[in-house]
Amino acid sequence: MLLQVNEIHSYYEKSHILHGVSMRIEQGEMVCLLGRNGVGKSTTLKSVIGIIEPKQGSILFKGKDLVGKAPYQIARTGIGYVPEDRRIFKSLTTHENLLMGIKGGKTAKGNLGQAWSIEKIYRAFPKLEERRGNKGAHLSGGEQQMLTVARTLMGNPELILIDEPTEGLAPLIAKDVLDMLSKVLESGVSILMVEQNYKAAIKVAGRFYIMSKGQIFFEGDGRALMEAEDIRKNYLEV
Amino acid sequence: MGEIPVFFLHGLVYAGLLFLVSSGLTLVFGMMNVLNLAHAAFYMLGAYFSYSVLNITGHFYLCLIICPLFLFILGMLVERFLLRRVHVYGHVQELLITFGVAYIITESVKWIWGNYPLGVNLSGFLTGSVNLFGLFYPVYRLFMFFCAVFISLIMAMVLYKTKIGIIVRASVDDTEMVNALGVNVPVVFTAVFGFGAALSGFAGVIAGPLLTTYPGMAAEILVDAFVVIVIGGMGSLGGAIVASLMIGELQSFGALLFPKLSLALMYMLMAAVLIIRPSGLFGEEQ
Repeated sequence: MLLQVNEIHSYYEKSHILHGVSMRIEQGEMVCLLGRNGVGKSTTLKSVIGIIEPKQGSILFKGKDLVGKAPYQIARTGIGYVPEDRRIFKSLTTHENLLMGIKGGKTAKGNLGQAWSIEKIYRAFPKLEERRGNKGAHLSGGEQQMLTVARTLMGNPELILIDEPTEGLAPLIAKDVLDMLSKVLESGVSILMVEQNYKAAIKVAGRFYIMSKGQIFFEGDGRALMEAEDIRKNYLEV
Repeated sequence: MGEIPVFFLHGLVYAGLLFLVSSGLTLVFGMMNVLNLAHAAFYMLGAYFSYSVLNITGHFYLCLIICPLFLFILGMLVERFLLRRVHVYGHVQELLITFGVAYIITESVKWIWGNYPLGVNLSGFLTGSVNLFGLFYPVYRLFMFFCAVFISLIMAMVLYKTKIGIIVRASVDDTEMVNALGVNVPVVFTAVFGFGAALSGFAGVIAGPLLTTYPGMAAEILVDAFVVIVIGGMGSLGGAIVASLMIGELQSFGALLFPKLSLALMYMLMAAVLIIRPSGLFGEEQ
């Protein structure tokens, strides 16, 4: 097992957001965390990367507990984080943004056998090469999203946490981004994705969790999700 | 009729000095969101250390290296052992601790060196004047200006051509994201804070011989440096360059043309800039 989240309780300032969340991710798997706005999906990702420190529970990555470590230490164990709203460095160029993805200190090589380099990124995503000298602020939403994923790949993560990658993108662009994630998955990187739109996610993800009010209410593959009509109605559809 | 070029050069010299002080202030603010009230106290310490090192060794050029190095270390210690400890409590506490450090430095300076102005006496080549297109101008002021330009060029090279520079600029944009990408941000904070203190101290060393060294010199330049970073835009180095030039020239020509108004002019300019662009000339819109 690559990642195992055990009964974590996280707080945002004084409010109790996660009430005992547990989940697991296997090597080479893409898992999607679904749920409405404000149910704790982003908080779950932030708890894994260490931006929010859970007050209870444990998070095991390759068997080692991450709770209490700083984000940069967690990143160096081989986890990439792609936050909501993309958060590229606006005053840096595309190229410089990618350079930021190379980790200082020890970089986890993992057992993937292949390392990402800037040349490889440009070959795999030629759109980024076209924009290499442009400031991050001048990229379109879709380009920014591709750049954040590529920036994370530069650190050769074994697991990528990605928060609502298609939010605010036109359907065609959203499809490009999901295709990119499939490519990343094929290269051997595991993915934990947060989404609101299960119809788009079902095409790329293998397993699903549904969250509501800081707890997990459903776990299953795409088929189980389609069959669980009541659960979808209660926890996903508006 | 040599007044205008002379005052223009005076303005440039003061702009160089202001940039050395305000660049560290604006970088620290951009990265850590801390307005460092002790920043000008580092400048003053640079001047006082330089006075003593010069008295002991007799070599002014030695001061240019030793004093910034000393302030680099002092700055790192202040960040690591004071600022970082109060960071979790929020910005007001951080502001207060820098105020406390400024206060302690100012009082210590009075205690050690006395509450009166000290003259730094240079000798040799730096004390002369040079003929610039028929205009006699003090070598020392030109030296100050070239020091400032030289340091700014090195800083630009580091910030735009090295990985460390990219990390610093990225941290001004989004520190949390830099952390999540695997960069040890607390170490970067300590280093940048120390570097800012060193720059400020360097400015103090070169300011000492011209502007006399006295316990009020910190408060004096702090106000100007704040105006510079507000006009330029908090966190923007390009803004700090432009605003330093504006304030340097404004003060110089203000003293020539409207001596009674010269202080008010600076605030009028700041108000005008803020009305048109509330985040400063090069600041990011909030």
